[in-house]
Order: sequence, then structure tokens, then C-alpha cells
Amino acid sequence: MGALMLSVEALDVTFRRGDDTVRAVRGVSFDVAEGESFGIVGESGSGKSTVLRAICGLAPTSGGLIRLRDETLRTPRSAAFYREVQMVFQDPYASLHPRHTIDKVLSEPLAIHGFDRREERIEQALSDVGLGPDFRFRYPHQLSGGQRQRVAVARALILEPEMLLLDEPTSALDASIQAEVLNLLDRLRTERGLTYVMVSHDLAVVAHMCDRLVVMQHGLAVEELTREALAAHRATTDYTKKLLSASEGYTQAEAP
Amino acid sequence: MSALLTVDDLRITFPTRQGPSEVVRGVTFTLGRERLGIVGESGSGKSQTGRAILGLTPAPGKATAKVLDFDGTDLRAATPAMWRKLRGTRMSMVMQDPKFSLNPVMTIGKQLLEALKFGAGETRAEATARALAMLEAVQIRDPERVFRAYPHELSGGMGQRAMIAMMLVTEPDLLIADEPTSALDVTVQVEVLRILDRLVRERGMGLIFISHDLRLVSSFCDRVLVMYAGRVVEELKASELKQARHPYTRGLMNCLPQIEGGVRPLPTLERDAAWAR
Repeated sequence: MGALMLSVEALDVTFRRGDDTVRAVRGVSFDVAEGESFGIVGESGSGKSTVLRAICGLAPTSGGLIRLRDETLRTPRSAAFYREVQMVFQDPYASLHPRHTIDKVLSEPLAIHGFDRREERIEQALSDVGLGPDFRFRYPHQLSGGQRQRVAVARALILEPEMLLLDEPTSALDASIQAEVLNLLDRLRTERGLTYVMVSHDLAVVAHMCDRLVVMQHGLAVEELTREALAAHRATTDYTKKLLSASEGYTQAEAP
Repeated sequence: MSALLTVDDLRITFPTRQGPSEVVRGVTFTLGRERLGIVGESGSGKSQTGRAILGLTPAPGKATAKVLDFDGTDLRAATPAMWRKLRGTRMSMVMQDPKFSLNPVMTIGKQLLEALKFGAGETRAEATARALAMLEAVQIRDPERVFRAYPHELSGGMGQRAMIAMMLVTEPDLLIADEPTSALDVTVQVEVLRILDRLVRERGMGLIFISHDLRLVSSFCDRVLVMYAGRVVEELKASELKQARHPYTRGLMNCLPQIEGGVRPLPTLERDAAWAR
């Protein structure tokens, strides 16, 4: 394992509205090494996406520390942070601006961060994710779901970050398209030595993509597992066992 | 096994600027009192097939068939009055997303009672009791609260169960479930399937289960139809899915990642233009 890339310590996220308080994340800790692929699994409402958003500075943290390479992150995050860490969102139908061409989507981060050779970089980013140059001046509605998610990955990678935060990158896609996007992410990680933190509700996807994972329930991290332990069904908590058996599909024997 | 539903050569066309486009091209199957799965990617025509059986092909689309027979009734010639008698009471459909398919300004209870209004002349109190019992049957813990609740006050899983209750309270003979569990978490998904399974076994209901998740369908259904580009490319017993012969079915099976670890990179689906012919 390489040097420590990201460390999350006793992270708390609380949302307040009037008298209502929702403790979405309660004392979650984990470390991610450089070049590692780390997964967060849980049901909807378990706080898994909130953890990612908190790392990115999109959710208010009410306690705990997030460190990137020994440096405690401050709110708001600096521009340098976003050069290193980029996020890919769940729904490619909602995360791309409907009235911006792909060219505009890709050139905006370059302009913000003052990159040179923009033309080359855009063409390179498109070919990296397996889209030809003829996609460059299209609008998102002219692309399929899988192609849109490729654009979202290209947008994240165009800044040459070292870490990608992936929030359910394939759950809006068909099974066959999912395989293509997962392969793309896998290839890019090997080629560039990227670090991934991936959130998903699908155990099989996380088992395929990630070396280690943490299972979340009701805002708590209930169990941390390696891929090998998951593959051998060596889960210790009841909740993880339940998730495992549910992902196997429907079984008659369980029927009451 | 007597056939509950017979479909022969179902075709659905939509007019486009480039001329009519056929999205379902000659689908043929029969359904007994069993669980039939229809699997395919988006755009394969699986949802349109389900809707056509209920006469819900959206205009300007047109559905034609050589035979479309439901328990002795010819659905092709059904009048609006006949449809009203069939839909809801004899055959019903569970939609994909409870957020869009429930009426947002009516309580769950009112919507349930509305489904019962055209039933056998029972009193309001009897209907309410039946509706509450149905909510309980779909594993809703606090049926009285849900009965009074509006759809936005329920979680996705609860909403989906309430919708299933709504579709089942009239005890239909045929239920078409269009991706009933895709919006749900895996653990809730198993619970919903269990409810459907029990209804098929106890009431002898016919179920058409439409999904893109081949693994789920193969573990739940008795028979599976695999659709590609508007055609049924393969029909097989769910237990024999491993011996599927068509490359498309095999491709769909293989491209799913596995918990036990599998091949990387994942095999992707190679599409052959010849399959669509």
C-alpha cells in the first residue's frame, strides 16, 4: 500500500432545519491509500453520498477531520483542492448542463483553473473516455446515458486530478452499459494511478471495483471489509450478511 | 395449464418523420397462472409490450396483434366500457416509480378506496377494512398512518408497497409489474418480491415481471422472455438460464459484476445487427 492519500476521522454531518435535526453521518472514519480504490456501500439514507459530499465541501461538517495528504481541509476548499479531487455524479441526465455543448462543459474547468493548450486537452480527454472528436460540439440530449456518463468522467479527468469521488456512477445505466463504464474507470485508474472513492448501493459493483470497502447504515460505519473477505462472504455483522444475501437475488427458501 | 393471456404477433408502431417506426415486432407468448419475466435493455420494447396488454399504448402509437386474448375476452375489439371493467379489477399494472405514479394531492387511503369503488357493492366501512388489511398484507407496519398519509410523506419503498397494495386490493387475475423494484434498495426489493410471490402462489394470479436485471428475474420467475430491438430473441425456463444459447442472453448475463470476483475487464455486450432481423 502506498502513502496515505485521504483520511477521514470521526466525521459528523448534521442537517438542521427549524427544530428538526438529522444526523446524516455519525462518527465515520476511514483511510484511503494512494492509488487505492475504496468503496462505500449502504442503502438509501445511510449517509454514504453525504460522506462524499462532505469530502468535496458540498455538505456542512459538524465534527471530525478530513485530511488530504496530512493537510487538514478547510472550508471553503481551495482551488488547488479541486485540481486534485474531482467528483462524478450519479445521474448523467441531471449533472450535465442541457444548454451547454460538450466542448463548453469540458472547457469551463480549464478556464477556471487557467490551463494552457485547451484545444489539445479537450480532444485528448474525449479520446481517453472513448468518444470521438465528432462528439465535441453536441449537446447532452444528443447523447445516450452511457455517453453522457463518459462526458462526466472526461470533465472530472480533464484537470488531471489524483483522486476521483464517484457517486453511484453507473446506477442510472443499463447492465450492459454499466459494464462499459466500469471497464473505462478501471482502465483509467491503472493508466494514471488514480485513487478512487466510490459510493454504490450495489455490492457486486463495489466488489468488482474496490480493494476495500466500508458498509454504512443509519449514518454509522458498521463494518470494514476487504474485497477478499466480501468474496468469501466473511461478513461479521448481521446487516452486511443481509445485504449480501439480498444481492444474490431472490430465494424461495427465505419465504416465510 | 389453461392460458390466462394469449398474445400472438403483437406489433406496436409509432409514426415518426422518417415514417412509421416499429418498436415491438411480432411478440408472441402465452401466460398461465405463473411468473413470467420479460428482460431487455432500455428501448427493447419490454415496457411497451406490457402497456399494450392493458390497452395503454400512448398515442399516436398503435398496437396490432393477430390474437390478444385475456381469459376469453378479445382485447383488440374491447370498447372503452369493457376496458373500464377489466382494468383495475381483472388486470392491473404496477409502475416503476411511486413518485410519479401516485396522485400527489390524494391520501393513500383515498386512492385505495377509489380502486375499490367500482367493486361488488360493499359499504364504505367494509371497503376501508379491506384496504387496511391489504396495506398490512404488503408489510406496512403502521397501516392506519399510511392510509391517512400523502404520497410525499412516504419513503420510496413504502410508496412502492402502497402502490402494490392499490393494484392488488381488487384481487386481479393478471398483474403486470414494470420494473417494480428498480427504485428500491436490495433489502426492500426482496420483501416486495416476497409479497408478489405469495400472491401468485396463494391466489393463482398471473404475473408479468418486466425488468432489465437478468439475475433478479432468473431467481424470481418461472419463465423468461429475452427481448432485443422489439423481438423476443429467446424464451427459456429461468432455471435453465445458464444454458442460454442466444449470444445476447449470454452477453447480458456475463456483463454483470460478481461479488465472488470475476473477470476483468468485464465482458461487454457485442451487438450483432443480425439479431434484430
